[in-house]
Amino acid sequence: MDLTLRIWRQRTAGEAGAMTTYRVTGISEDMSFLEMLDHLNEELILAGDEPVAFDHDCREGICGACGMVINGQAHGPERTTTCQLHMRHFSDGDTIDVEPWRAAAFPVVKDLVVDRSAFDRIIGSGGYVSVPTGSAPDAHATPVPKPVADLAFEHAECIGCGACVAACPNGSAMLFTSAKVVHLNVLPQGAPERESRVLGMVDAMDDQGFGGCTNTGECATACPKGIPLQSIATMNREYLRASLKGGRRR
Amino acid sequence: MPDPSDISDYPHYTTGEPVTDTAAPGGPIAERWDRRRFEAKLVNPANRRKHTVIVVGTGLAGGAAGATLAEQGYHVVQFCYQDSPRRAHSIAAQGGINAAKNYRNDGDSVHRLFYDTVKGGDFRARESNVHRLAQVSVEIIDQCVAQGVPFAREYGGLLDTRSFGGVQVSRTFYARGQTGQQLLLGAYQALSRQIDAGNVEMHARTEMLDLIVVNGRARGIVARDLITGAVSTYVADAVVLASGGYGNVFYLSTNAKNSNATAIWRAHRRGAYFANPCFTQIHPTCIPRSGDHQSKLTLMSESLRNDGRIWVPKAKGDTRPPGEIPEAERDYYLERIYPAFGNLVPRDIASRAAKNVCDEGRGVGPGGQGVYLDFADAIRRMGRKAVEAKYGNLFEMYERITAEDPYEVPMRIYPAIHYTMGGLWVDYDLQTTVPGLFAIGEANFSDHGANRLGASALMQGLADGYFVLPSTINDFLARHPHDAVPADHPAVTEAVAEVTDRLRRLLAVGGDRTPDSFHRELGELLWDECGMARTDAGLRKALGRIPALREEFWRRIRVPGTGEELNQSLEKANRIVDYLELAELMCLDALHRTESCGGHFREESATPDGEAARKDEEFSYAAAWQFTGTGSPPVLHREDLTFEHVHPTQRSYA
Repeated sequence: MDLTLRIWRQRTAGEAGAMTTYRVTGISEDMSFLEMLDHLNEELILAGDEPVAFDHDCREGICGACGMVINGQAHGPERTTTCQLHMRHFSDGDTIDVEPWRAAAFPVVKDLVVDRSAFDRIIGSGGYVSVPTGSAPDAHATPVPKPVADLAFEHAECIGCGACVAACPNGSAMLFTSAKVVHLNVLPQGAPERESRVLGMVDAMDDQGFGGCTNTGECATACPKGIPLQSIATMNREYLRASLKGGRRR
Repeated sequence: MPDPSDISDYPHYTTGEPVTDTAAPGGPIAERWDRRRFEAKLVNPANRRKHTVIVVGTGLAGGAAGATLAEQGYHVVQFCYQDSPRRAHSIAAQGGINAAKNYRNDGDSVHRLFYDTVKGGDFRARESNVHRLAQVSVEIIDQCVAQGVPFAREYGGLLDTRSFGGVQVSRTFYARGQTGQQLLLGAYQALSRQIDAGNVEMHARTEMLDLIVVNGRARGIVARDLITGAVSTYVADAVVLASGGYGNVFYLSTNAKNSNATAIWRAHRRGAYFANPCFTQIHPTCIPRSGDHQSKLTLMSESLRNDGRIWVPKAKGDTRPPGEIPEAERDYYLERIYPAFGNLVPRDIASRAAKNVCDEGRGVGPGGQGVYLDFADAIRRMGRKAVEAKYGNLFEMYERITAEDPYEVPMRIYPAIHYTMGGLWVDYDLQTTVPGLFAIGEANFSDHGANRLGASALMQGLADGYFVLPSTINDFLARHPHDAVPADHPAVTEAVAEVTDRLRRLLAVGGDRTPDSFHRELGELLWDECGMARTDAGLRKALGRIPALREEFWRRIRVPGTGEELNQSLEKANRIVDYLELAELMCLDALHRTESCGGHFREESATPDGEAARKDEEFSYAAAWQFTGTGSPPVLHREDLTFEHVHPTQRSYA
């Protein structure tokens, strides 16, 4: 198929960017969206132009590196990561808009590449269990009911891609943050730091410049891993509970 | 054609002194690790913060090591090329992690895991290391559970396990099909805690491009900030490489696109021996390539072979849709050749058999590079619901990629490069031949011999990172005091000059071929000649072609942009420079090892029924190669392997 691409090009963080139009021809419907961009980049290099920069790595939908706004939707029309989106979901002659994640807390680095290090700082503010290597009791010392383990797993599936933030009209990181809070707070292993975790992570989230949550739910719709919207409510409850208990960040 | 058993006419390597000191303690094998730890000197806790340790990579091995060293009080400076340490490719591991917990009371033990791993590795691993791995395995599970890793559990609240990779005990712990992700996030969270506490200085989007060796000792690295392009030096008291394997030398593999061999290859060029580079693992159940645009391959869990039946048409060039090929005209070749094990033969055997039928012209799908994995019988036997419950998510993944419904049409699968057993040579302490340089996880060669068992990569990465390295590096730092390295030391300025010169040269060629076009060509050559089956003639052909390709690369490469910005083409091209050297060593290693073992199958060394035949009298050693210059003959150092506890036998699956 032949396509028209309108891609956000921006040389550096400090410079202004603009949508630039490219034509690609002979695109196979079996290509992934990233392979289609590979194809464009090969042509750009040979034509003496600069290829489009974009983040990607595993191309299996698990590392969370890739992500772009395709026709206004984070990761495009299917509920999956950009690397797992295939060209068969587009038609010959389509015009496709490709933009980076748009959020104040994710500044553009170049073209479609953004800086998501704010996520790492949220995790560093409480998204862990303090258990130095070697200090663990036997794995069977604390049984965990299966439904609890399954609930924790469901939230631990987050890949940190940032689609939730990109999809949110407020650029909020509530879904990302709550996924980790719920994962660790429901487990007995996470209980001793239950209050400090949620307070610390929510504080960090605010410090990093993410917006507030107004319950639009776009985040959960865009999430390629299906993190449930309910996790935000759970985090709010955890936050309130921790505040009332007078818990504080470490 | 020259006599395959005689490679003395091949002039491209020389033989040096054997490696005799592996630093493994003597005594009963079960007591060696305790003994090593007791004999190790310790660094006073108050002095640890004065020691800086560089860790390159944040996968299971690197993430675990960085967190643990920081917890112990060391100052850690850590690097990853990804935008976050959470994205290292360990995250993509699906199956599980082995541990000799014996929670099932099914006869498992540390000794059995040790035995299975040495045997599975086709008797090409060091017994002392493997035994330690099995011992440490039980602590890993405890550590990960305490971190909040949500392993699968039974209704009683205890951990579930499954059997994996053809072993007879159920010792594989798992978190659905995302065990690697969950274990990596556990290590990443522990690391994040140390970053937040100021004990780890984390440099994301920063790639190691060279090793700094001062007076024979590893003292730092040269790294490039991938955003600004700035090339900087970092000095330390010891350097740990946890940069993963080199499967991407084949271009198409199940590795992440940016996984690369530059860190280990640069270290090799600076004096670290590279061991068994030809030991690469090919996974039989991957989704075949759909065309020339293919950029990477996706693995489908091996568990599919429990219920799927593998077949190809009996006739060559049969292009009918699978549903129109009658039962009598299908060849269920694994069931035919290996009646006892059928579709469950080990990875290497299943992969080679698929290659053979495709080479005969009976492959299916685009380019004839695929075989059917058919669930029609399973659906008839168990019902669609049961198949869905067992494999639903895999079927979904397959359909998303191929747009074919595996409930209606048989899946197509083909083998793909998946893991590399070879890597930097390390002793029992995981130290390379450059003092102060350590290699952990897939970056080293140590524990899997010529073939890795399923669910053992995660075990080894975490064993090295959480438990082994933090103990042994202590001893090194305590015993080897050192002076500060001045920023203008000739070894530092020389390493920086070499790196910047190479980047400048890549940008200056201005040729007519893209980095990917060279990478694809090299990958295809390696896949054909140093892939699933290797021959004397094919390897010689590759050894002739690689230097020519290298020469062409430096004449025709085109890298757009500058070095002072985010330049992904420059990153790629720079990695290909190293692949073009590593590939040559892989082929040479494969040529010199005229036996078949594990993932290394030499067609000349087969049993009468076509199975791999080891030659223990000649090749019971690890081949540790010393670099002498690009294109100049490397030196082979043999580390003889002795088997006191597991006696070598020939594998048989017929």
